[in-house]
Amino acid sequence: MKADPKSVLTGVYYIDGDVAAGYGALAAGCKFVAGYPITPSTEAFEAVCHRGPKVGTVFIQMEDELGSISAILGAAWSGAKTMTITSGPGYSLMQDAIGFGAMLETPFVLLNIQRGGPSTGVPTKTGQADMMQSRWGSHGDYEVIAIAPDSPQEMFDYTVKAFNLAEKYRCPVMIMSDECVGHMTEKVVIPEAEKIDVEPRRLFTGKAADYRPFSPGPDLVPKMAKAGEGLNLYITGVVHNENGHPVADEKYKSACIRRLVDKIRINKDKIIELKEEGIDGADVIVVSYGISSRVAVKGVEMARQKGIKVGTLRLVTVWPFPDDRINELAMKTKAFVVPEINYGQVVYDVARCAHGHASVVLVPHGGAGVHNPADVADAIEFAVNQEKPMEGVHEFKTRLEKSVFEGGFKLKE
Amino acid sequence: MATQRINTNSEIHPMENLLRMDRMPHIWCPTCGIGLAVTAFASALEKANIDPNNVSIVSGIGCTGRVAGYVKVDSFHTTHGRPIAFATGIKVASPKTKVVVFSGDGDLIAIGGNHFIHAARRNIDMLVVCVNNFIYAMTGGQVAPTTPLAAYATTSPYGCVEPPFNIPYLADSSGAVYVARYTALHIRRLTNALTEALNKKGFSVVEVISPCGMYYSRINRLGDGLEMMKFYHDNVEIRHGEDTKNLEIGFQTKIICGKFVDRERPSYMERYNQWLSEVRDSGKRPKGKKGA
Repeated sequence: MKADPKSVLTGVYYIDGDVAAGYGALAAGCKFVAGYPITPSTEAFEAVCHRGPKVGTVFIQMEDELGSISAILGAAWSGAKTMTITSGPGYSLMQDAIGFGAMLETPFVLLNIQRGGPSTGVPTKTGQADMMQSRWGSHGDYEVIAIAPDSPQEMFDYTVKAFNLAEKYRCPVMIMSDECVGHMTEKVVIPEAEKIDVEPRRLFTGKAADYRPFSPGPDLVPKMAKAGEGLNLYITGVVHNENGHPVADEKYKSACIRRLVDKIRINKDKIIELKEEGIDGADVIVVSYGISSRVAVKGVEMARQKGIKVGTLRLVTVWPFPDDRINELAMKTKAFVVPEINYGQVVYDVARCAHGHASVVLVPHGGAGVHNPADVADAIEFAVNQEKPMEGVHEFKTRLEKSVFEGGFKLKE
Repeated sequence: MATQRINTNSEIHPMENLLRMDRMPHIWCPTCGIGLAVTAFASALEKANIDPNNVSIVSGIGCTGRVAGYVKVDSFHTTHGRPIAFATGIKVASPKTKVVVFSGDGDLIAIGGNHFIHAARRNIDMLVVCVNNFIYAMTGGQVAPTTPLAAYATTSPYGCVEPPFNIPYLADSSGAVYVARYTALHIRRLTNALTEALNKKGFSVVEVISPCGMYYSRINRLGDGLEMMKFYHDNVEIRHGEDTKNLEIGFQTKIICGKFVDRERPSYMERYNQWLSEVRDSGKRPKGKKGA
């Protein structure tokens, strides 16, 4: 299906990533957005408030983030494609309902413009420290899809894609952007509606009596319905059987939850998107995502000037994680270098998949800024000079860390 | 047009078509009043002549949170405290739906208190049925924001030290257009109030005082369900139009019931549609920071 021309703001713009994501949502057919202002995501919500009413998208500013995400789940069950927008503290507040949405197999998109944390952190500056929260933040077992765009253009493109994935797999899709990409202003080309593919809701079309809300198809995804069609839906966050009725039996628990995780796991090859460059014959592969992948480009260039064979692997989708691909590359390369704006999150998944066949070097950053490309270059050089694969995850000492810490935790003035 | 669902055939349960009979027996304890509130609601749905296919019922967590699962309409059993926010999403995205939130005092007034007052302020078109049993019963009898001062609960073993919320006053002052309170004993009056509220535009609140024979009554030595009903019979005073300020409930004091608020105020959807037509049709220019 193609996008509705009424909701696509075709043209060439000079806008920031937040606004581009807002326009992406409208183009994808998002008809309901609930939000709560929080830096640095607010501009995305404002963009929807500006353009939404003109293109038939309803928005409501709720009383808190708990309300925003609950409202979009309600709207999704009345048939709308929905999104909410937040950052750090708001994202933490939403975790309960994210699990609820996953449990109800509700398609929705959550735009998280990551900022420095924990707690209030540095609200106005960047971070990538919610990555594991996006994967494991709500209680219980469930799977989500997480995407990390690295430019305003990608904020538009991958917001559209996020909606499509949400509809296809009926799961929460997180756009795990960050303050840098959100506030970065670049050229964004919004194509004509006929060039934008949108996934329609997979609605049940048979007889009401035959409807089993959680009876899956071959790809493990059930057909959805909406309120007000005489189906007497029974939708609950309690573990349920195919009819949606609560059951507490361990067999049903397994059947219900197993499918929530497996519908993503068995389809992961169709979901995962990676951008690889110079991988063949590379001695070191830089694995990165979001703004860190933009910064890493410079570091890779510097390392190449020293004659090191470096490849790059960009995680466009971070979750589900490309286990097989990392494992395959671990057999061929000497090391992975992982720059991320946290003290080690996605790097542990790289190490898990490297299985000790290649060194894994973390280039950490505490947030409120981005990496110095020279650190990435030095980490590459360090990694390539190891005789044999190092154990576990090796944390590279960056210039920033060395300059501010004088041993232990005493901050140099 | 509404389909008649109440059964007149004496061989089967009269509510057969409005309740999910395949879900019976329900989980509520003997002497609990929630079932009476559900019966009153089902009758009201019929009396209000509303097409059940167009009704969504949303509950939160707790004993009353299970109501959504027993009424044969589109039912949503949501997370703790969030049914009003979830219902707001349904209503705003699908304005033709008749939205009913059916939940308990803890769910709506404690953890969900913020959504309650803001939905009232917006005057979102929905009926909120708040079953108030003065206690957190599903978890075994903990103190609630409605527990009367000095009453006992497992987390107030020396008596409750906090004053309770007066739910009708909270609803009234936050902007609800219809506010009534009855006990589970006043089944006819309750049914009539629910019928009236179902046909009211805007945010309506009906508080149902319900006996909790298993926890509230037991820990406070109030006797069995019949004795609690007798207490309601002897201590309820019907005072329609009473100022909601005067509706506080003390421990085993008189309970004032009736219809307290019934006023007109533009509902959220009325305002929204008016606003939308201005924005869309008159080419109104947005102010503030531009999108692009």
